[in-house]
Amino acid sequence: MSLDEIMVIIFGLIGIVFTLWFFLMKREKEVEAVGEVDITVSGGYSPEVISIPKGKTTKINFLRTDPTDCLSEVVLGDFKIRKELPLNQRVTIEITPQQSGEFKFSCGMNMYHGKVIVR
Amino acid sequence: MHCASCVRILEKSLSRVEGVSNCVVNLATETATVTYDPKKVADNDLVSAVANVGYKAGIEQELKTEDQQKIEKEKELKVLRNKVAASLFLGSLILWGSFPGLMQFAPAILQNFWVQLILATPVQFWAGLIFYQATIPALRHRTANMDTLVAIGTTVAFSYSAFVTILPQVVENIGVKPEPYFDVSTIIIGLILLGRYFEAKAKVGTSEAIKKLIGLQAKTARVLRDDKEVDIPITEVVIGDTIRVRPGEKIPVDGEIIEGISSVDESMVTGESIPADKTKGDTVIGATINKTGTFLYKATKVGADTMLSQIIKLVQEAQASKAPIQRLVDLISSYFVPIVIMLAMATFVVWYVFGPTPAFLFAMLNMVAVLIIACPCAMGLATPTAIMVGTGMGAENGILIKDAESLETAHKIKTVIFDKTGTLTKGKPEVTDVVRLQGTGYSVQEVIKIAASLEKGSEHSLAEAIVVKAKQEGIKLSKADKFKAIPGHGIEGEVDKKRVVFGNRKLMDKEKVEVQKLVQDDIERLENEGKTVMIMAQDKKLVGLIAVADTLKESAKEGVEALKIKGIEVVMITGDNLRTANAIAKKVGIKRVLAEVLPDQKETEVRKIQQEGKVVAMVGDGINDAPALAAADIGIAMGTGTDVAIEAGDITLVNKDLRSVASAIELSKKTMRTIKMNLFWAFGYNIILIPVAMGILYPFFHILLNPIFASVAMASSSISVVSNSLLLKRFKT
Repeated sequence: MSLDEIMVIIFGLIGIVFTLWFFLMKREKEVEAVGEVDITVSGGYSPEVISIPKGKTTKINFLRTDPTDCLSEVVLGDFKIRKELPLNQRVTIEITPQQSGEFKFSCGMNMYHGKVIVR
Repeated sequence: MHCASCVRILEKSLSRVEGVSNCVVNLATETATVTYDPKKVADNDLVSAVANVGYKAGIEQELKTEDQQKIEKEKELKVLRNKVAASLFLGSLILWGSFPGLMQFAPAILQNFWVQLILATPVQFWAGLIFYQATIPALRHRTANMDTLVAIGTTVAFSYSAFVTILPQVVENIGVKPEPYFDVSTIIIGLILLGRYFEAKAKVGTSEAIKKLIGLQAKTARVLRDDKEVDIPITEVVIGDTIRVRPGEKIPVDGEIIEGISSVDESMVTGESIPADKTKGDTVIGATINKTGTFLYKATKVGADTMLSQIIKLVQEAQASKAPIQRLVDLISSYFVPIVIMLAMATFVVWYVFGPTPAFLFAMLNMVAVLIIACPCAMGLATPTAIMVGTGMGAENGILIKDAESLETAHKIKTVIFDKTGTLTKGKPEVTDVVRLQGTGYSVQEVIKIAASLEKGSEHSLAEAIVVKAKQEGIKLSKADKFKAIPGHGIEGEVDKKRVVFGNRKLMDKEKVEVQKLVQDDIERLENEGKTVMIMAQDKKLVGLIAVADTLKESAKEGVEALKIKGIEVVMITGDNLRTANAIAKKVGIKRVLAEVLPDQKETEVRKIQQEGKVVAMVGDGINDAPALAAADIGIAMGTGTDVAIEAGDITLVNKDLRSVASAIELSKKTMRTIKMNLFWAFGYNIILIPVAMGILYPFFHILLNPIFASVAMASSSISVVSNSLLLKRFKT
């Protein structure tokens, strides 16, 4: 096996491990929302994970600044909400969860994900 | 807010907030429209300004109107179309100048690498900019998507080609022929954008139903204010307003007719095709069309409470809900793109180390093919698009489906239980026979009089029939005392100081009233005709019989037949005695009858059938049968009025047509078939074609996937999924 082949194997393995670590082992930063929370939609959702209280109404304000078409809709399937997010316009969604647990939300094509934790 | 002074107080308070330039408060709609400088004023400042003067306010963001959004979408599509045209045109020129077999016929200038670089650069960084715009912020979030794959794939092809063009000697020195692949990067971008263009166009069709419903709304209403007729925007109509509607006009909001007669076409909201005759006291639904007469009506529901608004909300919620079948897709989609990136890297390594020469080129092109062919979009679109079209088609036909889960369960239904009164029948019974018994001294009129006097206080639908009969006969009623309803049995009370019990056989047994053989024969004869017989006894002695019959709905027989054709068992449940129940069941073709079931036992009966291992649907009215509807796997509520939202059903038939039960099941079957087909294509596509792109067929058949063909497959996969969902639009009830 030549040196360049060994190098390609090493860099390939490093690349694979890096991809695994970078995309799939990231720590989710949770933001506690009291009454209201702003989520910026650009290349994903920031914050990505919000925790909200059970039985109380929380306003989630989405502001999309990313022109990617995929992000133009947000879907909170468990709360039966699908909303258009016009570019640079704040869209408020109100939810009053009656059950605790983790509820995922995503873009219309299910490629960008976020999470609502109800406590 | 109560008066004009509230308006002034609020306007004053809001205007005082620094940064507010204009403020208009509307008393009728209880809204304030505020123009302000967002740098100086926060939403909370406005809320506090309102709170300071003793009111409470919520912030409603001014959203762009539908039209504005549509214009913007059209603009975006136009830009996309231009990008597609430019990249495919430039890509074709490069392809002509570089593709073996074609390049011999190309002008020399197109074969020049530097010219190809100049042609490919705008495609990569102008047309393909959206891929970078999506990738860079996504990477900041440590997420990757479809665009990441396209961005990496085309950047690799473009960068290598640019390198070969600028420094050909370096490539030559490592034994690789210096050939750029600008055709790959440009054509891929062009084709993927083309796919996206068609996909965007097709996706508009999936939400068409909801747009149609929203479009039904009237814009203005002709309201009587201060004895004058004024045209006002529909948002300013308040409950209690008197509205005039002329022939051919749209009824603006829900209400009750106070003057006039007309015929109203309600098909657009309820799906019911025959126009309904309306007269004083009848309910009219907003957004329906007045056909013949002019009438005045009082608004009873406005804004979000109107039937149309409730339907829109229900459909929107159903379209946003998730079908259980989607869970697996959700799980896969969270890992999909990173896994594809890892597979692409592995492909490069394997081809570089074990592949034939030139190993680098094989490794690079196969890696690009893997990145380009993966299509997570198709998986993401497979279920929601079908659910959107399916629930939308339901709504257009008067079948409101609460959520995707109900739509998914409905296709498994094996047994349908129909409640009799008000569901199979019209729920408006009429007195058909009155029998006076010999030797009691009472005439037929007197039997009716006693029954009606007693029933006056009852809310039962049979009671209404008797009271109506007394009215028709011009009988004056007496006062009834000590009235008591005995559920599932009948009623008791005192009329003219004599104790009367009036109800079914069970009540007579309970009261120990003897029913003679002759009377028994009469009862059986009437019950065999499908009539409900009520027996009256005064001071423990039989006085007379009153038979009541309800008319079957026109759609009952066909509705039952349609289910039987599908091999679904049909059951009828009723509080009636077995003979009456059997007679009615026979008329509609139902063989299994559950008779003499008390209202609170219906739920237990539903559960008993479920224990037979069957998926059960219960069809009833959403209010009285709510527990049974909730117990069933699918509760189908017959729309009873304009309060669609309070119905307890998983499916609500606002068209009140029993044939729609079979239609709803059919719609569920078709939607599920579409979803399964979509998922099969989306998964199958990725599972089969990614290994092909990796070169798994090469050792056996020397087949490799050109990255350009990979982009053709990728672009068509999403379109095929959306188009397949749109085929559901052909659904007919």
